[in-house]
Amino acid sequence: MSATGFHELEGAPPKAMNARIEGDLMEVSMGPQHPSTHGVFRMNVALDGEVVRKLKPVFGYLHRNHEKIGENTSYLGSMPYTDRLDYFCSMTNNWAYALSVEKLAGIEVPERAEYLRVILAELTRLQNHVSLLGFLLSDMGAWGTPLMYAFREREKILDLFESLSGSRMMCDYMRFGGCRVDAGPDWFARAQKIIDAFPRFLDEFEELIVSNEILIARTQNVGKLSAELAINAGITGPMLRASGVNYDLRKVDGYGIYPRFKFRIPLGDHGDCYDRLMLRALEMRESLGILNQAMKEIPAGPIMNPKVKVRAFKPPIGEAYGRIEGPKGELGFYLISDGGASPYRYRVRPPSFINLTVLEDLCLGHTVADVMVILGSVDIVMGEVDR
Amino acid sequence: MQSLDEIKARAEAAVPGAKIEIVPNPGPANQPSLLLDHEHAGAVALFLRDDPALKLDHCSNVTGVDWLDRKVSKKVKVKKVVDGAEKEVEESQEEFFPGYLEAVYHLFSMTLKHGPVVIRMRTADRAQGAQLPSLTPVWRSAEFQEREIFDLYGIKFDGHPDLRRILMWDEFEDFPMRKDYREPDDYEYEPTPHDEVLEKAKQHYTPRPQLDGAENLTAAQQ
Repeated sequence: MSATGFHELEGAPPKAMNARIEGDLMEVSMGPQHPSTHGVFRMNVALDGEVVRKLKPVFGYLHRNHEKIGENTSYLGSMPYTDRLDYFCSMTNNWAYALSVEKLAGIEVPERAEYLRVILAELTRLQNHVSLLGFLLSDMGAWGTPLMYAFREREKILDLFESLSGSRMMCDYMRFGGCRVDAGPDWFARAQKIIDAFPRFLDEFEELIVSNEILIARTQNVGKLSAELAINAGITGPMLRASGVNYDLRKVDGYGIYPRFKFRIPLGDHGDCYDRLMLRALEMRESLGILNQAMKEIPAGPIMNPKVKVRAFKPPIGEAYGRIEGPKGELGFYLISDGGASPYRYRVRPPSFINLTVLEDLCLGHTVADVMVILGSVDIVMGEVDR
Repeated sequence: MQSLDEIKARAEAAVPGAKIEIVPNPGPANQPSLLLDHEHAGAVALFLRDDPALKLDHCSNVTGVDWLDRKVSKKVKVKKVVDGAEKEVEESQEEFFPGYLEAVYHLFSMTLKHGPVVIRMRTADRAQGAQLPSLTPVWRSAEFQEREIFDLYGIKFDGHPDLRRILMWDEFEDFPMRKDYREPDDYEYEPTPHDEVLEKAKQHYTPRPQLDGAENLTAAQQ
C-alpha cells in the first residue's frame, strides 16, 4: 500500500489547500475542440499547479493555403474567397483586397462608392466588436445572456448586409473601382433606424458589464501588454491602442475618405484585458459618429469606375501593399503582378495571426482560467489565422 | 520621410561594408525596395529601426516569394559574314536568370507615422538549404511570419529562436507555396501496419477453382 502513499497520509500533517506544489510541470493540451478557443485552436500549456509557465500556440487545422489558391485564380476570383478569411468581417476583407488591387493598377473609386464602403466597414466594426464582447463574457462564464443581447444587435446589421449584398456573412460586395450594387433610399432609412437605436443598446450593455464585480476581478490587471512589446511584436488594432499607442490607420493612412470625418481614437492606459474590452465599447461609439456623418453626406452618383475592365482584368507589372484598419487590426494585402490575369504573389497580412505572437507573454504567470479571458480579448478568428 | 536613395546612402554610411541595392517597382503603386546583403542585414535592420529620423519600429508584413529560373529572349543585332559580305542580322539570344527565393519585409513607423519602406533579401538558389538571416531579433512581429515562410517556402532563417512548421503538420516534407510544388496523390498516406493486412487480404482475391465439390453437395441435398 505504501506505493500509493495512502498510509503515509494518515500520520502526515494536513497540507493547506493553497500550498504551492513543488514538482514537475504538467503539460496540458488545451483545444483544439475547446468551446473557448473560438475555433480549432490549440495551446500546449505547461502548468505549475494552476499557473502557466509555458504556452505554445498550435494552429493550422483550418489551413487550406488560401494564398496558393489566390495565385491560381483571376484577380476577381479571389474576391469572394476573401470573405472566408475573417468570416465575421467580410466587408472589410473585401475592402482591403480591393484597395490593394486599386493601388496595384492605379484605379480611382467614385465618391458614392467610397461612402458606401465607409458605411459598410463601420457597420462591420460594430457587429464585430459587439459579438466579441458577447463571446468574451461567455468565456468568463456569463453563459448565454450577454451573448444573446450582442447577437440580437448583430443580427440587425447582418439583415442590412443581406438585403444589400444577398448574403449575411459572405457578402462579396466590393469590386475593383467601386461596389457591386447600389443601396436604395429604403435601405438607408432602415440603416439609420438601426444606427439611431444602437447607442441605447450600448448604454444598456455597458451598464450590464462595466461595473460588474466579477468582470472587473477577472479582467483588470490580467494579461498586461506594454506599449514597447506591442510595437515590436507588430500588434495592431484595438489590442495595440489598449496599450496606449495612438496608431489607427484611418487617421495615419487616411485611406478612402476617412480624413473627411470627425472622430476620436480611444486609447487604453494599462493594456490589460479590461482596457481591451472597454476600448472596443468606446470604438463602437466613434463608429456610430462616423456612420451618422456618412449617412448625411453621401452624394448621388455612380458606384463603379466605368474604365475598369471587370472581365480579363490585367494590372500592369509591379507590386503593391495596401492596408486598412480592420476591426481586428491592420489587414493588408501584398500583390505582385507579372502582367498576367492572376497575381504572381498574393499575400494576406492577417491581423489576428500576428496578434497571437505575444499570447505566451500575456499568459505567463496567470492561471489557466485567465488564459481563456486573455485569448478572448485578443480577438482571433481561425479562418484568418490559418488561411 | 526621406527618399529611398537617402536612406540607402545613410544606411551604407552607418553600417560599414553593407551593400544595398534599390529594386525598382514599375507599377503605379510606386513602392520600390531595398535589397540587403545577408552579412549585414541584421545591422542594417537595427539601423532602420533605431535611427531617429526613420524609427521604422513596426515591421508589418513579412512574406516570401518564389522566383523560378527565367529565360528572357532578346533580339540582338549581330554582325555576321554571310556569303562573303558582312551583314547585320537579327538574332534572338536567350538570357538565363537563375531562380531564387525572396523574403520581403514591409516596414512602417508607429512613432513618426510614415512608411512603407520595403526591404528584401534573396537566397543564393532554390535548393532545400536556402538560408537567410532572421530579423526576428530586431522585430518580434517577424517571429510567426518567418516561421510561415520556412513552412511554406523552405527558407531557413539563421538566428530564429523557434523555427518549426507552423501551418502544415510537422511530418510534412514539401513546401506548398513554391511555384513548382505538386500535391501528393494522398495527403494522408503513411505506411501503417494496415499495409500488411492488405497484403494478406489479397490472398482472398485469388480465383477459386471452378469445381471444388460444393456443387455436388447442393445437388445431393436437393
